[in-house]
Amino acid sequence: MSLNEYLILSGIIFSLGLIGVLRRKNLLMLFFATEIMLNAVNIGMVAISKFHGDLTGQIFAFFIIAVAASEVAVGLGLLILLYKRKNTVNLDSIASMKG
Amino acid sequence: MFEVVAFYLFSFLTIGMFSITVMTNNALYALSSLAAGMIFISAFFFLLDADFLGVVQIVVYTGAIMALYAFGMMFFDYSKEIKEKVNNPRLAFVLTGMTALLIVIMFTIPVIGESAQKGLYPIHESYGNIQDIGLVLFTKYLIPFEVAAVMLLVAMIGGIILAGKKMDISYSEMSEEDIGIYEKELAEIAKDKK
Repeated sequence: MSLNEYLILSGIIFSLGLIGVLRRKNLLMLFFATEIMLNAVNIGMVAISKFHGDLTGQIFAFFIIAVAASEVAVGLGLLILLYKRKNTVNLDSIASMKG
Repeated sequence: MFEVVAFYLFSFLTIGMFSITVMTNNALYALSSLAAGMIFISAFFFLLDADFLGVVQIVVYTGAIMALYAFGMMFFDYSKEIKEKVNNPRLAFVLTGMTALLIVIMFTIPVIGESAQKGLYPIHESYGNIQDIGLVLFTKYLIPFEVAAVMLLVAMIGGIILAGKKMDISYSEMSEEDIGIYEKELAEIAKDKK
């Protein structure tokens, strides 16, 4: 296996997540799509780390996982708050500013 | 041979699972296929000799993040199918166009510099992955590691305060006057107890 295959896979998964971000209106589903994108980047990082014989990629993937974990904690807290206030987690319900 | 078979098997499985996550209208299907996809991704980390990250992926994503999502979903009503109405089709076209443009820019930017190719912290074959990562993480990346620890603590406290221990009363949801009245009531209750 060469680096290209892994990078192509990473690109495909990233675009899947991007499609999800673009088409989802439900906030929880939007979160799922962002998780997919973060994971796609992780695959790319680790693949580059392996094929260049350098550990930096793995360390960055490690930090990305930490960021993803804290993002979920804060994001779900905000989501619960939104649900208590608006009784829905639809993205359109937050559009309170007219522009 | 083994590596090629494993790579293609797991890439098809991962792409399939994630496309279910993105396309389905059932929240439970999305959640479980996302968890499955995360586990399949850890297979790539094992294939790429990143054992530590593979284990962290399974523990953090399927252990912590999926449990959090499952808890979060309990607060919302997901028994019925999710209706997603897209009432502005032009927006989708604009976003798709911008994304395509971004991808074109990414491909046309030339590779910057040869210095990035040299590598900062080479992999030691004799050490093994976990020891190697620990060595780099706790010497060269110690400060980012500590900052990440503080960030996780802040996120934990933020999550607790936002979601709230008492689900019926939340400070972040009340107006200033209501909080004042509520705190006076609490103080009176405390006085009565004394």
